[in-house]
Amino acid sequence: MSFREIIIQQLFNGLLLGSFYGLVALGYSMVYGIIKLLNFAHADIYMVGGFCSLSLLAFFGGTFFGNGWLGIIAAMLITMIIVGLLGVLIERIAYRPLRDAPRLSLLITALGVSMILYNSVMVITGGEYKAYKTGLGFEGFSLGSVHVTYTQAILIVAAVSLMFVLHLFITRTMYGKAMRAISMDLDCCRLMGVNVNKIIALTFFVGSALAASAGMMAGVYYGSLHFFMGFVIGIKAFTSAVIGGIGVIPGAMLGGVLLGLLESFGTQIPFIGSEWKDVFSFSILILILIFKPTGLLGKKESERM
Amino acid sequence: MKEKQTAAARTAIKRDNPLAGLINRLYIIFDNKKIRYSVLAIAVAVLLYLPMITSLYFMEVMTNVWFNVTVCLGLNIIVGFAGLLSLGYAAFFAVGAYTTGILISHYGVSFWLTLPVSVLMAIIAGLAIGAPTLKLRSDYLAIVTLGFGEIIRLAARNLQITGRATGLVGIDRPVLFGMTLYKINHFYYAFLLVAILAIFVSYRLQDSRLGRAWKCIREDEDAAEAMGINVVAVRLYAFVIGSVFGAVAGSFMAVKMTAISPESFLFTQSVMILLAVVLGGMGKIPGVILGAFAIVVFPEVFRGIGEYRMLIFGLLLLVLMIYRPQGLWPERHT
Repeated sequence: MSFREIIIQQLFNGLLLGSFYGLVALGYSMVYGIIKLLNFAHADIYMVGGFCSLSLLAFFGGTFFGNGWLGIIAAMLITMIIVGLLGVLIERIAYRPLRDAPRLSLLITALGVSMILYNSVMVITGGEYKAYKTGLGFEGFSLGSVHVTYTQAILIVAAVSLMFVLHLFITRTMYGKAMRAISMDLDCCRLMGVNVNKIIALTFFVGSALAASAGMMAGVYYGSLHFFMGFVIGIKAFTSAVIGGIGVIPGAMLGGVLLGLLESFGTQIPFIGSEWKDVFSFSILILILIFKPTGLLGKKESERM
Repeated sequence: MKEKQTAAARTAIKRDNPLAGLINRLYIIFDNKKIRYSVLAIAVAVLLYLPMITSLYFMEVMTNVWFNVTVCLGLNIIVGFAGLLSLGYAAFFAVGAYTTGILISHYGVSFWLTLPVSVLMAIIAGLAIGAPTLKLRSDYLAIVTLGFGEIIRLAARNLQITGRATGLVGIDRPVLFGMTLYKINHFYYAFLLVAILAIFVSYRLQDSRLGRAWKCIREDEDAAEAMGINVVAVRLYAFVIGSVFGAVAGSFMAVKMTAISPESFLFTQSVMILLAVVLGGMGKIPGVILGAFAIVVFPEVFRGIGEYRMLIFGLLLLVLMIYRPQGLWPERHT
């Protein structure tokens, strides 16, 4: 491949990877913004989303009223609702009783939830890779000698539109306004008559639903699922959220795309083979946390943790 | 006279507990130094005598217990004493294990000479991870330590010198006064000795000036700083000392197993150690020892649970944090 084609190929890989990271990062960022919790279980929600959609697809037989695309869309919507409710349930059982507890307890609880989720899936699936079969083919279009399937293109479009819908939800609706208000001052919102518990539950619903959609897209893209697949993407999505500025919604998307691009171009640098890919992104995370913990779009935080 | 008073003060704290009477009676008995030291002496004698009377399997489990006691006490210094959540502790015993492994199998150095090198490497690793990150907020620190843990594991998997994914195999057994240590009983004594050393050092640190500074920072960082404690330096000490505990345990593990691979230092390993510390009671040395016992013995007793093990541990962690966040045997706050 020529230099130009490598660039196009990596640009495309980076965008696709980046939109997965962005979708997962949104959940981290929203939850962090609203209750200052680093939700370790979020990455496993992503993984559960993948498996949930796989079972639904198997249940539909891959199609919905005989249409492959309709089947996938239906599976995606139902997955988002189911996993969103799972997120609400987790918040209700594990995080709400500890809202005023020390931060260390809350973090350890999140770790416990994460362990429960991935071990449950491990027990159910027997710890094996599960093939993710869809009725979608490999037809597509070509840019130079770079082949792009329609599925890949649609995945990017779907991810971007989900982010856009979320952006509208946060900026244009009453619920979005309530979320932004709670992230500024929870107690004050309670005094102003905002139903804080309901809004926090809603935040978990939206964040988990987005992660679930990303999990499903990853299944479609990679063609297989594994119970531990959330772990690495969890750290990377968190990195994305931090790059963009944690708690800032457009920041999570920007961070996701940036990290995706950095990663796919980073592996093209000589001496950094693909086996060093994860080391590369973890190093970026550490460097950003050390030198610019507020991220690119984040505001200077004066509060002390 | 003074001892009686402390016992009385404890009675007041424990009044709501149904076992208060029994616990207080025990406290009064153990406040007597003679009784305390004789019980301790008997316990040590029993532990030393154990290999003569029990099976190899039991010895294997007990050796594992002492290994876990050592690493849990190391993590306890970081999480329990200094209140820093570290999710990459397995990296520190990876440093120890690989230092020993590489020196023995590539350069043929004697095991006992690799120990100081491994301690040195742990100090360097602790400084490298701690120095730039200790000013971060607690949850950022957690994720950074997780990232470092993964970087060290991935580096071990990709580098030539660490034997890539297969790791190092055929590490020579250590020789002590002309006797090669190879039986499980030898390693039982070695790990018991290391664990006792770790317990002793932990107790000495706990009440030292440094230990009090750690506690002070954990409770209120601003107040500690106002009192003239150098917060970053003191935290760095916690990180470095904690990592040395892990590295020494890792070195001994390398020669006991004679083979190490990157898969021994997974994130789940770090989480298990953290679970033990939290389960037992962060900051309380007997509590942490109890926690280390629990995580080793529990899966051995309930052999049948197999793959459900981590699931049950996750549930345990959750229930513990909601209903008893201070752990089974918590530290007393006065």
